[in-house]
Amino acid sequence: MSTSPKLLDVQHVTVEFHIGGLLGGALLTAVNDVSFSLESDKPEIFTLAGESGSGKTTLSRLLLRDLEPTRGKVLFEGRDVSTIRKRSEFIEFIKKVQPVFQNPFETFSPLRRVEEYLFDTAKNLGIASKRREAAKVVDDALRNVGLSLDEVRQRYPHELSGGQIQRVSVARALISRPKLILADEPVSMVDASLRMEIVNLFKKLRDEQQVSVIYITHDLATAYYISDRIAIMLRGYIVESGPVEDVLERPAHPYTQLLKESVPEPAPIKRESWAQHIELGTTEVKEYGRIGCKFAGRCPKVMEICREADPPDVQVGRQTVKCYLYSEHAKVTDAEAEPRSRVSQ
Amino acid sequence: MTLLSVQNLHAYYKTEAYGISRTVRAVDGVSFDLFPNEIYGVAGESSCGKTTLIKVISGSIRPPLKAIEGSVNYDFGDYQADMLKISQDELRKNIRWKRISYVMQGSMSVLNPVRKVIKTFQDIVDTHERITDKKEFLEKTRAHINRLGLPTDVLNAYPHQLSGGMRQRVAIALATVFQPALIIADEPTTALDVVVQRGVLHMIKDIQARSKNTVLLVTHDMAVHANVADRVMIMYAGRIVEEAPTENIFNTPLHPYTQHLINSLPMIGEKSTKVSLKGSPPNLADPPAGCRFHPRCPYVMDECRTVVPELVTVKERHRVACHLVKEASL
Amino acid sequence: MLRVLRDLLRYDGRFRLAVVLLSGVVIMILLSFNSPYDPSKTFEVPWDLPPSWEHPFGTTSRGQDLFWWLTFAVRNSLYLGIVTAIISRVISVLVGLTAGYRGGWIDRTLMAISDSFVVLPLLPILILLSFLLRESMNLLNLAIILGLFGWSFDARLIRSQVLSLRERSFTRTAVYSGTSVFWITMREHLPFVLPIVFATTLNNVLWSIGMEVTLSVLGLSDLTTPTLGTALFWANQHGALVAGVWWWITAPAVITAILFLGLYLLFTSINEFIDPRTRLRLIGG
Repeated sequence: MSTSPKLLDVQHVTVEFHIGGLLGGALLTAVNDVSFSLESDKPEIFTLAGESGSGKTTLSRLLLRDLEPTRGKVLFEGRDVSTIRKRSEFIEFIKKVQPVFQNPFETFSPLRRVEEYLFDTAKNLGIASKRREAAKVVDDALRNVGLSLDEVRQRYPHELSGGQIQRVSVARALISRPKLILADEPVSMVDASLRMEIVNLFKKLRDEQQVSVIYITHDLATAYYISDRIAIMLRGYIVESGPVEDVLERPAHPYTQLLKESVPEPAPIKRESWAQHIELGTTEVKEYGRIGCKFAGRCPKVMEICREADPPDVQVGRQTVKCYLYSEHAKVTDAEAEPRSRVSQ
Repeated sequence: MTLLSVQNLHAYYKTEAYGISRTVRAVDGVSFDLFPNEIYGVAGESSCGKTTLIKVISGSIRPPLKAIEGSVNYDFGDYQADMLKISQDELRKNIRWKRISYVMQGSMSVLNPVRKVIKTFQDIVDTHERITDKKEFLEKTRAHINRLGLPTDVLNAYPHQLSGGMRQRVAIALATVFQPALIIADEPTTALDVVVQRGVLHMIKDIQARSKNTVLLVTHDMAVHANVADRVMIMYAGRIVEEAPTENIFNTPLHPYTQHLINSLPMIGEKSTKVSLKGSPPNLADPPAGCRFHPRCPYVMDECRTVVPELVTVKERHRVACHLVKEASL
Repeated sequence: MLRVLRDLLRYDGRFRLAVVLLSGVVIMILLSFNSPYDPSKTFEVPWDLPPSWEHPFGTTSRGQDLFWWLTFAVRNSLYLGIVTAIISRVISVLVGLTAGYRGGWIDRTLMAISDSFVVLPLLPILILLSFLLRESMNLLNLAIILGLFGWSFDARLIRSQVLSLRERSFTRTAVYSGTSVFWITMREHLPFVLPIVFATTLNNVLWSIGMEVTLSVLGLSDLTTPTLGTALFWANQHGALVAGVWWWITAPAVITAILFLGLYLLFTSINEFIDPRTRLRLIGG
C-alpha cells in the first residue's frame, strides 16, 4: 500500500540574496539548508519561530511562491511548486494553500469593502458562480470564524477592529476549504484582548476541519499554546525542532534557552531569571557572515569547534538540535568517562 | 513631592469635513500622579487614549487635539510648569530633552537618517547648551554612551547601519543626555525581538535605578509591565479603570478588564484554554454610556449601563473604577 | 453622484466659486450655438466700436462683434484642452499601470519611450509641424499632437504609484483571491491612481490651452479658427493697443483668466474630495 504524498515537503531549501552597496556585493543566505514536512493525513499546527533576520519571513514567501529557492525543492502534495506556471495550475494551488497576513489594516484595500474580497475569492476559485450562491458561501465562512455577513456587510477595513479584520482574513482563506494555511505573525498587530480569539480559531481549524497551519511568529507563548511541533530559526538555519512541549519546556539549544528566558512572564514573582543581563550584538550582518555556528558569538557554552564549521543535526530525545554540544565531538572531548549513549546524526 | 499631577483631564479631537463633524473623546476624565524615582506603567490597547494622554502631558497639543478641561501640572523642584498654558518657546527652551524626554516605538523620528549618530547628539545638545568646547562634548558623549553599555563606534555610524535594537538603545542614550526628570517611553520595545527587548528594558531599568528619575512606560504588553514597572495604570476607552503597585495588579486584579488582560496571556508550560473577550474596543467618537467596558464585561449589572463608575481608592495605593468593587466593599 | 455634488456645493467655498466662474464660461459656450454672427465672416459690423449695449464687448478692427466671436473662441479653446487631456490621460494611465505592474522588459521599453518624449523639445517640434502641416493644422490635429506629447510625465508618476501599491499586502490578498492582473489593476490600484490623474489633468488642460495661445500668437496655427490664442494674434496684428482698441486685448485676457481660475478651483476641490486620505477621514477612520 503506497503512502499518500506529504502535504508539504520542504527539502534542503536554501535562499541566497545578493546585497550590494554598503557591503560591496556580499551574499546573504537568508535560508540555509532547511528541511521539514507536514503529513497529509494528520492535520497539525507547525510553528516556525525566530526573531527578525532569522529567515522565517523569507521561508514563508518561498512557500507562497513569491520567491524561488536557490537550491532545494518545495513539494506540495508531491508536486514541485516552482513548476506551477499556468494560471489554471496556480488557481488549483491557491485553492489548497492560503495565507493570512500580519497587518490587518493592510490586508484589505482601505478603499474597498472587505466582503468584496470574499466574494472575489468565492467566484475566482470556482466555489460559487452567482452572487446569491456566493453570499451563502461567504456567510458560512464568516460564521466559521465567529462573524456573519450581516455584521461585516458594507464595511470598510477601518470600521472594524484589528481582531475582526484578522477573522475576516481567515474566513477568506477558508472559503476554498484549503488544506494548509500559512499564517505570518497573524496576531502580533492585534490587541491583547482580541488575540486569543484568532489563536483559538487556528486550534479549532485543526481539530474540527482538518486544516494544517504553518504558524510563523516570534511569540513563543502563543506558539506553545497552539502548536504541535515547532522549529526555531536563527540566521537561516533551523537550530532546534520537535514537539513543542519538548522544545519549549526542555530547550536543548542554547539559543532556544536564551529565547525562552527572555520571554517576559506576566507575573512579577518570576522576575529573577529575566532580570539577568545579556549581551546584545551590534549588527545582524556580522552574525550572518560568521563561519560555523551563527550563535557562537553570543553562546555561553561556545567551544572551539563551533567557530569552524556548521554544526550537525543531532537527535536529543524527541527533538532535533543543530549544536556541537550534543554531537559525538562534544562527548569525545568530555574529560569524564561516562557511558556513551547512542546519538544519531 | 509630586512630579506630575494630572487632574480630571479631558482631551478631545474635533474634526470637521464636508459637514460631518466628529468629536473623539480620547481622554475623558483622567486623574493620576507621578512621583520621582519610580517606573510607572500605562497599559491599554489601541484606542484606549494612552497616546493622546502622552501628547498632552508632553505638551504636544495641536489641532485637532484640544484639552477641554482639567489640569496638567509639573513640579521639577526648581521649576514649575502648567502644560496646558505653556508656550512652545518655553517648551523648547526648558522642557524638551532637559526635563522631559521621549523614547518612541521605532527610533526613526529622533535619529536623522542622513547624519551620523554623533551629529544628532550634537544637534540636540547644541540647541540647549551651546557647545563651546567640541573635544569636551565628544568626551562627555562617549562617556555617556559607554556608561549605558553601548560601544563607542555607534557614534560614527549612520542609523541604517545599526540594528533595530541598537537604534532604540541609541535613542534612549539621546533621551538621557541631559538627565531629565521624566522619560516617557511609548511602546519602546513593541517592534523588537524578545531578546533585544530584554536588553532595551534592562537599559531603561538601569538608567532609572542610577539617576532615580521617573519613567512613564506605555505599552500594551502586560508581561513587560510585570517585569519592569513599579506601579501600573490600566486605561480603557479614555478612562482609567485600575491603578496599583505591580504586585497588586497581578496578584489581585480587581477590574474585570484587568483580570482578563492578565488571564488571557498564554504562558509557556500552561496549556489551559485561554478565552478572548467578546466584542471590541469602543469607538471613542461614540462611546457606550455608563461604564465604557459594560458591553464586554462578563459581570455586567444594570447600574453599569447607565452610571459611570468613579475611580476610588479601595486599598493602599490601589484605585479601581468598577461598580462591582464598590458593592463588595460596602 | 448628486450627493457628492451637493456636499461639495454646500461645504467647499472653492467649489462654489468655481461653479460661478465656470457657469459664465459655459453660458458663453452655449450661446455660441445661437450666434447671430458667423465668426468666419469679417466686416459685418462697424469696426473699432467700444463696448456698448449692442456690442457688449465692442467690435474688432476686422468688423466682427467681439462678444459673439469670443463665444466661439472659448468653445474651441476648451474643446482643445479637453480633447488633449483625454488623449494624454488615457495613454498615461494605460502606460503607467502596465509598466508599473508588469515590470521587466515591458516596463523598461515603455519607460524608455516615455523618457524620449519627455526630453523632446516640444515648442520647436510644434513649430516645425505647423509649418509642415500648415493647411491641416486644425484644432483636432493640434489636440492629437499635444495629447501624444503630454502623457509621458504622468505615466512615470503613475508607474511609481503602482510600484509601491504592488508591494502592499492587499495586492497579495487579491492575488490569493484568484483575481486576474487586469482586475487587480482596475479594482485595487486605479482608485489610488485616480487622484494623481485628476490633479494632473487640470495641468494638462491649461498647458494645452497655453500651448495653443503660444502657437497662435506666433501665427502658426489655423488663424481663421476663433480661439483665445487667435484673438490675441489678430489683436496684435492690427496693433490694437496702439490704436486704442483696448477691449480687443482685455476681453480675451479676462475670459482666459476666469477660465483658468474656474478650472483650477474646480479641480482642487474635487481632487481633495476624491483623495483617498480625505475619503478615509470622511468615512470615519
